[in-house]
Parts: sequence; structure tokens; C-alpha cells
Amino acid sequence: MTFDPKKYRADFPILKRLVRGKPLAYLDNAATTQKPRQVIKALVDFYEQNNANVHRGVHTLSEESTNMAELTRTKLAAFVGAPNPKTLIFTRNATESLNLIAHAWARKFLKAGDTILSTEMEHHSNIVPWQLLAAERGIQLEFVPVELDGTLDLAKVKAALAKGPKLFTFTALSNAIGTVNPVLELIKLGKAAGAVVSVDACQWAPHKPMDLKTWGADFVSFSAHKMLGPTGVGVLWGREDLLEAMDPFLGGGDMISRVTLEKSTWNELPYKFEAGTPNFADQVAFGPALDYLTAVGLENISKHENALADKTRAILEAEGMTVLGPKDPATRSGVVSFNVPGLHPHDVGTAFDLEGVAVRVGHHCCQPLMHLLQCGGTARASFYLYNDQSDVDAFERALKRTLEFFKIKPKAGVR
Amino acid sequence: MEGDAELQDLYREVLLDYFRSSTRKGKLDPADLRAHGINPVCGDELEITAELKDGKVSKLRYAGHGCVISQASAAMMAEALEGTDVAKAKSLVAAFKKLMLENGAVKDLPAELEQLASLEGVRKFPLRVKCATLGWNTVMQGFEAKKS
Repeated sequence: MTFDPKKYRADFPILKRLVRGKPLAYLDNAATTQKPRQVIKALVDFYEQNNANVHRGVHTLSEESTNMAELTRTKLAAFVGAPNPKTLIFTRNATESLNLIAHAWARKFLKAGDTILSTEMEHHSNIVPWQLLAAERGIQLEFVPVELDGTLDLAKVKAALAKGPKLFTFTALSNAIGTVNPVLELIKLGKAAGAVVSVDACQWAPHKPMDLKTWGADFVSFSAHKMLGPTGVGVLWGREDLLEAMDPFLGGGDMISRVTLEKSTWNELPYKFEAGTPNFADQVAFGPALDYLTAVGLENISKHENALADKTRAILEAEGMTVLGPKDPATRSGVVSFNVPGLHPHDVGTAFDLEGVAVRVGHHCCQPLMHLLQCGGTARASFYLYNDQSDVDAFERALKRTLEFFKIKPKAGVR
Repeated sequence: MEGDAELQDLYREVLLDYFRSSTRKGKLDPADLRAHGINPVCGDELEITAELKDGKVSKLRYAGHGCVISQASAAMMAEALEGTDVAKAKSLVAAFKKLMLENGAVKDLPAELEQLASLEGVRKFPLRVKCATLGWNTVMQGFEAKKS
């Protein structure tokens, strides 16, 4: 199958709309992706044909609903190379997945004085749960520093791991500046140092193939809405023996085996961690998203968006803009984070919006990283499979108009 | 260009002038009023310091980093509040917030806030209204803290 963004664009109804009178150039894919009609249709069809609560009752709809929701888990296991579908837990989002590790694993197995190691590149969702736990339990938090080019220095990772942290939790790919981390190497180093290794794969899973068996990590978190799927479905994959040893996260229906007023016993995996009525309709609609990505091919997607991102970087650099993140193409992704000298990212975002170009502006939920890179925030363009040259052209028009309007001469700032 | 007209409507020349102006930029030390405001959406921070004499805001300064809207709004606020008595200053804050948050009419703005009419265009960008009100909310926090 040849890679054809034109054909894919036709599958995404939202890409036909106008924004402030201009065709939409959607370049905010790292925040959430748009949904193909296959996913939207699956959701509508489900509500119109099959809807009933899962894992309860013996009637036809309940059985259909249960089977359809579980089919997504099976597809997902194949998609990420999970050894067993029951090791994939559905949460609300990746933030909840990371909090689940903090509550159900770290609270049980870490004690005062233990160290959790992370990096300065993390999203707030991979910082704050650990800070809450650290404050509650007297656990130490350490962060591997980020280099000025937005990469991690493996020597510094090794040095930090040599101090014996019990948990090493890091992002596979930076949402803010697009750095692709050497995931396999980092997992290997973490495991060799005896740490439990947790990978935030939110920005990796939609763009790059992963095989959890080869990765050899202990926990991996990501989210359906960043990979063509509906909102409200996060994923936590965990090593089976760890998940078995953990206590439940939330208590309630679905997660129990037997309840008496004195005591309850837990349901088997994955239901032990899926208390209450799950978001089964969206889980069902996540299935066609995985089919879509499989048909297009993650390697093709990655190649395509990197090419668009490189063109965008070249435009920015030719205009004398500040482009953040790694210089080495091997460690770059489809995320382009930049600043217009002398102009706040918010003003850049509004000016771009008037040209129909949707970019994200601000700190990208990475304030420590922004502080480190000495900027309060950036503007970020992030590409996906349905973006094409027309989006890069719209970006260029928006940039040139912004510079003209605010009378910005490269490196001179606002006059 | 039609898009330029929209940009001009939002970023009126007077706003850009205030954004570039440094007349009331900075910090007072010592200060009778000191307040720190954060816009959690973008992480922008603003510090307002003021000197209060005989029930009047005799001097007001703003410091921090922000977008054209938040900085220009803070600059215009500093100009408008300086020299007014505290009770009047509070009523001006309320009048400005009414313009931004309740779609108040420009013609109802008190004379002291004449320049603030230039922020009218921001209301078409609801996500940016918080930028415009950051300085005003911050100074109100300062007044509240003084009271208690």
C-alpha cells in the first residue's frame, strides 16, 4: 500500500471545516489527533446497535458489548506486542495510568528513603503523581538533567541509576520539544540497575512501532485519543507478576471476585484494576483506530511526519526563528517547538489561528523543562498521517504574516 | 487582507504601544502592596507592587513576562489606577472586568479606563480574556490581602 495523505485526509471529516474563514491546518496532533470516520461510525453504530453494560447479565446485548470491548484489548495486544491481553488495563487516560502505578504499585512496595528517578523532560503527569507520593511517604525524587539541545546524556542516566532508585520512570518521546529518547537503551540501563522501569509512551505509541516483549519494561502508559481513538480511554500495560502482586487502584463493582461486609477478594487481571462501569463504548471505537494505524503502518507515518516537520524547521530557521529540540535528525520526531523572537507564544498562536493554523502554545504541561530551556513556553506544530504539504504552506503563510504584522526582524524582536 | 483586519482589530496600535512602553514596568521596593498572579493556562506570571499613600494608589508597577495582551493590559491598568484612591481603584477593576467578562458596553467604561476600550477585540478570543484580566485580578488579590 502506498502512503497517500490525500486519501487519508478524506477519512477525517473535521479536516474539511473552515476556521475563521480559512481551511483548517490542524497541527496540534501531540495534544490530540482527529478521528477518522471509521472510528466515529463505530461509536455511533455501537450506541445504535449493541449498547449494554459489560461483564453483567446474560442477555444478547450485554454479551455483544462485552465481546466487542474485549476485542479491542486483543487487537491492542497485537498492536503493542503485549505478551497477554489481560496485562493491558484500560484507564481514562495516560495520566490515570501513571497515577495507577503510583497508587497501586509504589504505595505498596516503596518505603521511606527509597528513590524514584525520572527526567527533567517529563510531562507534569509523570512528575506530580510522584511528588504527591514522595510527600506522603518520605520518598526521594531525582531527575536526570536534560541537555540544552533537549536530549538526555546516557552517562548522566547511568550515574543517577548507580544510586539505586527503586523506580525509573521516563518519557519515550518528549511532547514539548519532540526528542526521541533511546527507549530500549534506557530500559536496559534501568533494569540492569535493578529498578522497576515505567515508560510514558503517550507520544511514542501513535507514531512508532513498539514491541513490549522486546522492550522488557515493567510498566508502559499511553492514550487512545492521541492515536486516532476516542477520548476517555487510556492504557496501562504492566508486567503480569507485578500486576498480580499489586493491590487494586479503585474499589467498587467489576473489580471484585467476592464481597462480604467484612472483606472482599479481587477479580482477576485486568478487571482488578477496572473498577466500576468501564468506558466500553469508547473502547469499542478504539478498535478501528488500531486497524487504521495498522493498515497505514507506523513506520510510514513516522517517515511522513518527520519529512513535514523537517520542512517546517527549515522554514523557521530561514526566517531566523528559535527552534528548540535536538539537531540530530535521528532523535527528532514530528514535533516542532519554536519561538518567534520578541513575541510571546500566545500571540503567535492567535495570529496563526487567524490563518486557520492550529498550533499549541504555552508550556505544554512541561514547566520544569521550559524553565530549563529558559523560555516560559513555546509554540508547537505537531504532524500526523493526514497532514500534507498544504499544511506546511499554511504554516509558512501564517508565520510570514505574523512577522510582518508585528514588525519582527529576525533576532531583533519587536521594533 | 481580511485576516490582517482581524489581527488589527485584536492587536490595535494603542495596545502595541502600551506593550512596548516601559513607563510603569518594574518593581517597587519597599512596597505597600505586593501581589503575585499566575495564569495557569500559559504559566505567565505577573508581580504587581504599589505604594499606597493617604488612601491613594500613589505608584503602581508591574513586572513579569507575558503576551502583548497581558502586558499591555497591565500597563494601561497601572496608568489608570495611579493617583486614584483605593476605593475608586477597586471600582475601576470591577468596571474593567465587567467589560471583559460580562460583555459590558464600551460606552459604560469610566473615563479613567478610556484606553481599555482597545481590549474590546479580545472578547472574540475567549481563551485570551484571561490574559487581559491577569493584572487586574492580581491587583485585586493585593487589595484583599491588605484588608485582611
